[in-house]
Amino acid sequence: MEPREGYAQALLELGAEHEDVVVLDGDCAKANYTNRFGAQYPDRFFNMGIAECDIVGTAAGLSLGGKIPFANAYANFLTGRGFDQVRVSVAYSERPVKIVGHNAGTSAAQEGATHLPLEDFGIMRSIPGMTVIVPADGVEMKKAVRAAYELDGPVYLRVGKVAVPISTEEDTPFEIGKAVLMREGTDVTLVNTGHLLAETMQAADLLAERGVSAEVLHMHTVKPIDREALVASVRKTGAVVTIEEHSIVNGLGSAVADVLSAELPAPQERVGTKDVFGLSGTMDELLDYFGLRAPNIADAADAAILRK
Amino acid sequence: MLTDQEVKDLEVQVKQNRRDIVRMVHHAGSGHPGGSLSAIEALTLLYVKRMRVRVEEPSWPDRDMFFLSKGHCTPAYYTAMASRGYFPREELMTFRDMHTRLQGHPSNAHLPGVDISSGSLGQGLSVCNGAALAARIDGRDARFYCMIGDGEAQEGQIWEASMTAGSRGLDNVCAILDKNDIQLDDYVDNVKSLGDVCAKWRAFGWHVVEVDGHSLRDLDAAFDEAEATKGRPTMIISHTTKGKGVSYMENTAKFHGMAPTDDELETALEELR
Repeated sequence: MEPREGYAQALLELGAEHEDVVVLDGDCAKANYTNRFGAQYPDRFFNMGIAECDIVGTAAGLSLGGKIPFANAYANFLTGRGFDQVRVSVAYSERPVKIVGHNAGTSAAQEGATHLPLEDFGIMRSIPGMTVIVPADGVEMKKAVRAAYELDGPVYLRVGKVAVPISTEEDTPFEIGKAVLMREGTDVTLVNTGHLLAETMQAADLLAERGVSAEVLHMHTVKPIDREALVASVRKTGAVVTIEEHSIVNGLGSAVADVLSAELPAPQERVGTKDVFGLSGTMDELLDYFGLRAPNIADAADAAILRK
Repeated sequence: MLTDQEVKDLEVQVKQNRRDIVRMVHHAGSGHPGGSLSAIEALTLLYVKRMRVRVEEPSWPDRDMFFLSKGHCTPAYYTAMASRGYFPREELMTFRDMHTRLQGHPSNAHLPGVDISSGSLGQGLSVCNGAALAARIDGRDARFYCMIGDGEAQEGQIWEASMTAGSRGLDNVCAILDKNDIQLDDYVDNVKSLGDVCAKWRAFGWHVVEVDGHSLRDLDAAFDEAEATKGRPTMIISHTTKGKGVSYMENTAKFHGMAPTDDELETALEELR
């Protein structure tokens, strides 16, 4: 299932249950599947045109009238152009607006660098009070949407376009700020956020074949990060690899380093894009190009373990 | 329509607010007197006479809302709010102090009655539209006011928001352009001219009214006209003088964002007697 499919389904369910849910989109309603919400609830759906700053500001205003707005657009433009609006009209103003960035990571694939968000959640992470959620797949996405609605505060939610392997289950617990322990291990901690969870699990298998016991933590909430789970795991394993479909600059790798450098310094390797822009290609080609595959993760784990 | 007595009372209040604007900026040693003095008639009229709000219940769901998009003009905003009774007048002299509720730019996290934080230019009209849309969904007849500056109208988001309000026919929105013709560095026309602003807003589907922004009667009539206008938002182009009322501040960019000295304060208070 495409993550955006999970997103659209959850939004429809939420709309049926809660009259205060309103949805805005920046003329990407067909691509983001928010047009389904619009068809069902025309009075609560606003195609704002191609105007990300205005989308964010209007959402903030709607929240003043007691609405819970989901503001949608392609992630780069919403978090890039809309940064100042998210910062001032939403976060500083303490508005419970849900900022939903689409085409996550490499999932816009052939669109190329302008459309590949590799910095989006890092940008959002830097804003005081923002909660940042990066679900692994469409199943987890549904739970994330509901949790975002229920959280009384601003949220950045990252949504992917292309189907990715389903790595979580319907009954996998989801609580904002709580990491999911996917696999226990003793030699190295693999911390993932977002779409690369399947690659990470495969990496743990590869490592097991080499006699290395990897623990896998899925950190769907990048902020606030689950410090307790992270420190407990690294205390046990003594080494860590961070995995993200995002730049290693200011992303999950940075968030994990922020915690560990203060609480439990440990060798860390980062799997993510390396301070470069994207380029056109299929999602598979891009994952290879950026080195975001299971063997890359396993090699990073070996390197981290060597530095213990 | 305002009675003669109401105009007289409002004029007294406006003068008091002008004096406090200058005193606040002097106290803080920083702030924005020029654009505050130009905007004060409209703000005082809205807060004292026109807006349906409950100061004892600032989050009353049926309230009218005001958004100060030109967020640097806090001295005018705060004096108008004090005139309505949101907080004691003495508190004005905590403006820009450490831990004050009267932050340099408006903060709803600090001061009840402020609905949205502003200070980064260009954002207020979008928020105003959103609040107006929420009221439309719920069938509330509240009104939504937003003041923007003419320098501020150089921000692209102003025009995004103008399209939103115009294309959606948000007749519960009334914006005020405080057209004092001067921005931080220079005259607006020397920096980046807005051209024919009336034609621009009309082109985006707005009802446009031009007034002398220092005439309380003109402004009040324009607000009435805005309320009576259906199917379109209203833009009041308020022609004002930057630094109005203080001779050495009038029509100069110098006091866009500068505090008067001790001597200058004395002169200003003398002139604003």
